Amino acid sequence: MHSKAPWSLKIAAGLGLAFLHLPILLIFVYAFTTEEKSYQWPPPDFTLKWFGVAWERSDVWEALTLSVKVASISTLIALVLGTLCAAAVSRTRFFGRETISLLVILPIALPGIITGIALRSAFNLAEIPFSFWTIVLGHATFCIVVVYNNAVARFRRLSGSLIEASMDLGANSFQTFRYVILPNIATALLAGGMLAFALSFDEVIVTTFTAGQQSTLPIWMLEELVRPRQRPVTNVVAVMVVLMTLLPIIAAYYLTRDGEHSAGQGK
Amino acid sequence: MTTPTAVLFEQVSRHFDQVKAVDGVNLSIQEGEFFAMLGPSGSGKTTCLRLIAGFEQPSAGHIEIFGERVEGVPPYRRQVNTVFQDYALFPHLNILDNVAYGLMIRGMDKKARHQAAENALALVELKGFSRRKPAQLSGGQRQRVALARALVNQPKVLLLDEPLGALDLKLREQMQEELKALQKQLGITFVFVTHDQGEALSMADRIAVFNQGKIIQVDTPQALYRHPNSPFVANFVGSSNVLSPIFMQSLGLPVRWASLRPEDIQVVQTGGYSATLLSRSYMGSANRVQLILNDQPLQALVPHHIPLPADHSSVQIAWQPSNLHLMESA
Repeated sequence: MHSKAPWSLKIAAGLGLAFLHLPILLIFVYAFTTEEKSYQWPPPDFTLKWFGVAWERSDVWEALTLSVKVASISTLIALVLGTLCAAAVSRTRFFGRETISLLVILPIALPGIITGIALRSAFNLAEIPFSFWTIVLGHATFCIVVVYNNAVARFRRLSGSLIEASMDLGANSFQTFRYVILPNIATALLAGGMLAFALSFDEVIVTTFTAGQQSTLPIWMLEELVRPRQRPVTNVVAVMVVLMTLLPIIAAYYLTRDGEHSAGQGK
Repeated sequence: MTTPTAVLFEQVSRHFDQVKAVDGVNLSIQEGEFFAMLGPSGSGKTTCLRLIAGFEQPSAGHIEIFGERVEGVPPYRRQVNTVFQDYALFPHLNILDNVAYGLMIRGMDKKARHQAAENALALVELKGFSRRKPAQLSGGQRQRVALARALVNQPKVLLLDEPLGALDLKLREQMQEELKALQKQLGITFVFVTHDQGEALSMADRIAVFNQGKIIQVDTPQALYRHPNSPFVANFVGSSNVLSPIFMQSLGLPVRWASLRPEDIQVVQTGGYSATLLSRSYMGSANRVQLILNDQPLQALVPHHIPLPADHSSVQIAWQPSNLHLMESA
């Protein structure tokens, strides 16, 4: 109950945590400042007007809609392909299975800049014009990994005889998927999907290489930082981004934790 | 009128690459029979069960279920249900929905299928467990749920894959009796796979003994025990002394392989063969005695009231000629 750690260690740990999280707090604070040209500390006064300003600005809305669309569609693609891939790798044995498993995970291990350059030159070579869909493709590469990783772990815990039992009791492949496989992997898919959404939503590097004229929300924020006017609008948007990405990640954490908790009871 | 054939195998083989898991098996199981497939692990008995269920397709030969050829027929179109070795209960469904699963798939409405499931649970004496999840049940209870889940579909053939393997001894003996009684009551053809010869002998009407993908002998438990056709069967079903042709010749008997059960060797005062008693172990009702006769080691089961000489001394042994079973080959 009583820790024996010396005070110096406790203070060091406290400072470390403060270093990590105070800057995030600053972003929140600056969203309410009355000073719009530079980040002055302490803020001269507080106001809610930037929320109104941000609300009125169409470029914010365009960037936000684009980001939500890209994240949603990338996540959807990832859910379908990631699940199928996980099912193939965990349920069957075939030549090159390990290699495929590695190749699927690779995009998340590779630096984003490599993925970005590779995709950009590939799109150029294939003469595909940069558009909404090239951003989606770029994001799908790493969204699939997240879904795949979650699904493959769950598939491994799913006993193969459950599927045979379902078939034995008269269910065809579709019914087996609907009534046995899906309920057993649903939380893993939800968690994977939420992580994928959050990853896509704040992605900058791959997006810079695969976007045309469009700006997703993070790109818009980068551009906005160099503008001298209405700086707190960026902070307002940052607060929204934090909320939009943090909430799904927290939800995903709790969903998978519950999943692991109940997994041991199946046997 | 003869009873119809429930399951028929004609020259059925199932090869996995180079491995002949099932190799040219002929088999005919009658309707209403309690049929056991007995053999060591890897002998092909489980593959045969999976061939009947439809999880495997034969590489050669053909299979009939109630006169209907089933090659290429998927598991979900066969009137056959399986009790899996690990029970394979659906962890996300409660017991009632587990049992009602097959009926739900067939499109039976909720009220009717829940009623049928309740009845099936009552049949296996699991009333009042409907709302629990499989994880909340003991091994024996899960086994009963698996049984109810299969039986509620009124299969023509019920397949049981080592159904009692995961249970402790006491529970296993109890379930043996219950399964037997249930099979008699329902009259459904039961095909069950086991590596436990005691289980097969006590439950089955007929037993097929498997080894290396082939059926060695199919017979009633009594015939299998009394008249094993090969050293493999003699050794696998109960324990046995397998006598070599050379030994048989040394006693002036037919120069053939033969089997002799330990309990059929008697210790006599005079007129027997003169063997050497090597050692004994006390088993309660009997002594298990190791003997040697003309270089052939023998094992005998001697009732406890028969006096035995000291170890390493001579003892007279004999057996009824009818208890010595000549076998076709080694």
